[in-house]
Amino acid sequence: MGFFIAQLLTGLANAGALFMVASGLSLIFGVTRIVNFAHGSFYMLGAYVGYSLMQVLPGAVGFWASILLAGVIVGLIGVIVEICVLRPVYRAPELFQLVATFGVILVIQDLTLMTWGAEDVLGPRAPGLTGVVRIMGEPVPKYDLALLVITPFVALGLWYLITRTRVGVLVRAATQDREMVGALGVNQSWLFTGVFFLGCALAGLGGALQLPKGGADLLMDFNILTAVFVVVVIGGMGSLPGAYLAAVLISVLGVFGVTYMPQSTLVLMFVIMVLVLMIRPYGLFGRPEVAGEHGQVGEPERPIKPAGLRARMIVAAGLAVLALMPVYGSSFALVLATDILIFCLFAASLHFILGLGGLVSFGHAAFFGGGAYVAALLVTYADTPMELALLLAPLGAGMAAIIIGWVCLRLTGVYFAMLTLAFSQLLWSLVFQWGEVTRGDDGLVNIWPSAWASGTTVYFYLSLVICTGGILFLRHAAHAPFGYALRAARDSARQAEATGIDTKRVQWAAFALAGAMAGVAGGLFVFSKGSVFPNELEIARSFDALIVVFLGGVKTLAGGVVGGVALEGVKDILTRFEYWRLALGVLIILVVIVAPDGLVGTARKLAERWGILRGAEDSK
Amino acid sequence: MHRKTFLKGLVGAAALAVAGLPALAQDTIKIGEINHYKRMAAFAEPYKMGIELALEEVNAAGGVLGKPLEFIFRDDQGDPGEAIKIAEELMTRDGAVMLTGTILSNVGLAISSLAAEKKYLYLASEPLADSIVWASGNDYTFRLRTSTYMQAAMLAEEAAKSDAVRYATIAPNYAYGKEAVAAFKSVLTQLKPDVEFVTEQWPALFKIDAGAEVQALERAKPDAVFNVTFGTDLAKFVREGTTRGLFDGRTVYGMLTGEPEYLDPLADEAPVGWIVTGYPWYDVTDASNKAFVDAYQTRYSDYPRIGSLVGYMTVQSIVAALEKAGSTETEALKAAFKGLELDTPVGPITYRAIDHQATMGAFVGTIAMKDGKGVMVDWTYKNGADYLPSDEEVAKLRPAN
Repeated sequence: MGFFIAQLLTGLANAGALFMVASGLSLIFGVTRIVNFAHGSFYMLGAYVGYSLMQVLPGAVGFWASILLAGVIVGLIGVIVEICVLRPVYRAPELFQLVATFGVILVIQDLTLMTWGAEDVLGPRAPGLTGVVRIMGEPVPKYDLALLVITPFVALGLWYLITRTRVGVLVRAATQDREMVGALGVNQSWLFTGVFFLGCALAGLGGALQLPKGGADLLMDFNILTAVFVVVVIGGMGSLPGAYLAAVLISVLGVFGVTYMPQSTLVLMFVIMVLVLMIRPYGLFGRPEVAGEHGQVGEPERPIKPAGLRARMIVAAGLAVLALMPVYGSSFALVLATDILIFCLFAASLHFILGLGGLVSFGHAAFFGGGAYVAALLVTYADTPMELALLLAPLGAGMAAIIIGWVCLRLTGVYFAMLTLAFSQLLWSLVFQWGEVTRGDDGLVNIWPSAWASGTTVYFYLSLVICTGGILFLRHAAHAPFGYALRAARDSARQAEATGIDTKRVQWAAFALAGAMAGVAGGLFVFSKGSVFPNELEIARSFDALIVVFLGGVKTLAGGVVGGVALEGVKDILTRFEYWRLALGVLIILVVIVAPDGLVGTARKLAERWGILRGAEDSK
Repeated sequence: MHRKTFLKGLVGAAALAVAGLPALAQDTIKIGEINHYKRMAAFAEPYKMGIELALEEVNAAGGVLGKPLEFIFRDDQGDPGEAIKIAEELMTRDGAVMLTGTILSNVGLAISSLAAEKKYLYLASEPLADSIVWASGNDYTFRLRTSTYMQAAMLAEEAAKSDAVRYATIAPNYAYGKEAVAAFKSVLTQLKPDVEFVTEQWPALFKIDAGAEVQALERAKPDAVFNVTFGTDLAKFVREGTTRGLFDGRTVYGMLTGEPEYLDPLADEAPVGWIVTGYPWYDVTDASNKAFVDAYQTRYSDYPRIGSLVGYMTVQSIVAALEKAGSTETEALKAAFKGLELDTPVGPITYRAIDHQATMGAFVGTIAMKDGKGVMVDWTYKNGADYLPSDEEVAKLRPAN
C-alpha cells in the first residue's frame, strides 16, 4: 500500500512541469490557433535562465525568486518572438506559422549553445527541501511534495485568471471567435501578445521548476515536445482543466508502467492517446472544432489548371538538363541530386493531402520510413531483389496508410494532425522496440541496389525516372476528377456531400495514395543509403516534409517540390558552417515573413505584379 | 506557371550540384571526419580538440609520407542518411583518403555499410556498438574505442569479486543499453553462476522518469545495481536514487559513469562508491599518458575528456596506418590496419586482424569525492585484449569472416 501511494505521489509530482508547459501551449493554441512547435524551446530556456539566476540569487528566497523570474524572462522572450516573428504572419494561410516556430527552434538551439555551452548543467537542489519524508515507510522526496502543492496552485491561479477576470473573458471570447472579438473593438494584437507571454512564461516556469529534479541540457526542447503535444491533445486543445487531468493521467500511468511493464516506456503515452481519441475524438474536455474554423483563411485559392504548352516545354527542358547531369556534374552532384529528388517526391506526397485535401498530417514520416522498412526487411529476411522490394515498399506503406487513415479521418483539423503524429510515433516505437526483427536503432544495414543499378549514375537515373514519374502522377491526379472531388471535400464538405461525393472515402483514398507515394520515396531512399534506422520514422522527419510544403506554398501545385529543392539545397550549403542552425532558422523566419504565400505563391504574385504573368482574373 | 517555378527549382538543383568544384591540387593527405558536432556538442568538441592537438604535433614533425595531414570536419546532424551523403562528398569530391568519426552507433553502422559497398576505409572512432565489428562487421571498417562488450565485461569481472547475488539493471531503452545489459549478464553469469537478475528497468533514452525507476528498483530489493544510463538520465537517476536512499548499502556498477563527460556535470553529487569505467586524467602517472594530458592542458587551458583521448588516438592510428602502408590507397591502408600496432597515451594497442577491434582498454575504479567533485580512485587500466571473447566465439559473432 505504501509503495502504491509513493508511486502515486511520484506520478503527481511529475505532472507539475508537464502541466505548466502543456497549459501554455494549450492557451496559445486556443487563442491564436498557432501550434507552437517552439514551446519546448521556451521550456529549455526556462531551465537555463532559472539555473543562471540561481547561481546569482542566494538562499531559499533566491531559489524561488529565480523560478518566478525565469518564468517572467522567458515570457518576455516569448513576447519578442511573437512581435518579431509571428505578428507579420497571422494572416498567412492556416498553420503556416508552424514553419516560423520551427525557425525559432533552430535559432534558440544555437543561441542557447552559444550562451550556456555544450555541457549539461545539473540543477541546484531546493534549499530546505533536499531530504525525504517517509510516508508509510516509503521515502518521498520533499521537493516532490512541494511540486504537488505548487501545481494545483498554478492551475487554480490560471483558472481564476481565465474565468474571473476581464482578461480571461477576452481570452475565452477569442478562443471561441476571434474575429468577433476584434469586431467588438478589442485590440487583438495585444491580446495575442499577452497570451503568448502567459503561455511562454508557463513553459519557462515549468522548465525552472523541474531543475531540482534534473537540470538543463540542449536536447530537452525536443524531448518534452511529444509529451506536451500528447497531454494537450488528450486534454482537449485549448482546455486548461483538460491539460491538468491529462498531465496527471500520463504521469501516473507512466510511473505504474515503469514498475509493471519496464519495456513500455516508449509506447505507453501514445497508446493512451490513441485510445482516448478513439473514444473522445476531441480529447477529454475539448470541443469539436466549429465547421469552417480551420477552413481557408485569407484569400480564396485559385482554381488550378493544367500547365500550358509553354510550361510543359520548359519542364521538359529542365528535365533534360537534369538528365544530362552525369555528363557535366561530379559523382557527388549525382548523389546530392538523388537525395533531393527522393525528398521532393516525399514532400510532394505530403503536399497532395495537405494542399489538395486540406488534411494536415504531422506523421507523414510513418509512410516514408514505413516504405523504407518494408523494402529493407524484405531484403534482409527474404533476399528480395531490389526491383521487387521497390514495388512492395509503396504497397506496404499504402496498406499502413489505409489502416491509419481509417482511424485518423474520423477527426479533422488539428486533432487529425495529432492523431497521425501518435500513429507515426507508435510505428516508430514498434520499429525501435522490436529489436529481434527490426534490429532496433542499430537499423537494417547492407541494403544495396541490384548490381545493374549500383552505380551512382544508374541509380540517379532510376531515381529521376521514378521520382519525376511519381510527382507527375500526383499532378495528374490533381487534375483528374478525383482531384476535383478531393478539393471539393476540402473547401466545403457539406456541399461536396450534397453533390454526391463520398468525402470521407475520397479523403481516405487520397491519404492512401499519398502514403504509397511516400513509400516509393522511402524505398528509393533505403537503396540509395544502404541502410535504414528508426529516425526515418521520427517526428523530425515528418516536420521536415511539413516545413518544406509550407515553405514552398500550400496553395500551389509545385509547392512541395520547390520547397524540397530549396530547403535541401540550402541545408547542404549551410551545414558546412559552425552555427548553421542559427543561420537556417533566421533564413526560414525571413522567408516566412517575406513570402507568406510560400516561395511559389509569392513568386507568382510578384510575377503578376510585374506583368510577366497574367493575373488570375484575366486568364481564361 | 507552376511548371515554370517547378522548372526553376529543378534548374536550381542542377546549378547547385554543378557548383561543387573539383578538388584542388592534392598537396595534403585529407581525412574525412563526420560527427554530430551540434547534436552532441558536449562530446564532439573535446574529441575534435584531441584530433587538432594530434594534428598539430604530427604536422610540426613533418607530416606523414612527406605531406601534411588534414582533417575535414563535417556535421551530420546525427542523421545516418545525412552522414552517408557527406561521406560520399568527402570521398568523391573532397579527395579524402579515408573516413573516420561518429559517436552515435547507428550513424557509425550506416557509414560502415557504405564503406563496405563502395570500398572506402572507415575507422569508427567513438561508436561503441558491438555490431560494428561483429554482427555487421565488414572488411573495410575498423573500430578504435573500447566496445560495449569489453567495458561491460570489465565491470562484470569486478562484480563477480563481490558477494552480491541479486542484481538489478537499469539501461536506456535502445541498442547500446540492451547490448550492455546482455554482455554484463552473460559475462557475470559465466564467472559466477549463482547470480540472479531480479529486475530490468528500461527508461526511454533522455526521458527517464527517475523517481519511478528508483522506486521500481528499490522494490526488487537487489544487492547490487548495474547502471547503463548516462548524460541527463544519469544525473536524474543519481539524484533521485541518492535522495530516496537506493544506493545505501548497495554497490552500483556504472558503464562510462567515470568519464569526465558524464561525471563532471554531477559535481558534488557524484555517486560515491560506484564502481565505474572512465578516464581519471587527473591521476595518471605513466609517462605517455601524462605527456598527453600535459600537452592538452597547455594547448587548451582545459582538461582532456575521454573524447579528447579517443580523438588523439584516432589521429595516431591513422598516421601509423599511413606509414605502415606507405601509400594512401584504400587497399593498402586496409591491409595496414589489420594487425596494426602502435603506441598511444594508454600504452600499445593492436587493431586485431580477426575482428578489426582495437585493443584499447578502459580505466576501472571507484568514485570518490575530492574538492567538491567526483573522481575515480583505486583505478586500474585494463587492457582491452583481455576482455574480448575467444577467437572461436568472435568468428561465430562475425559472419563477415
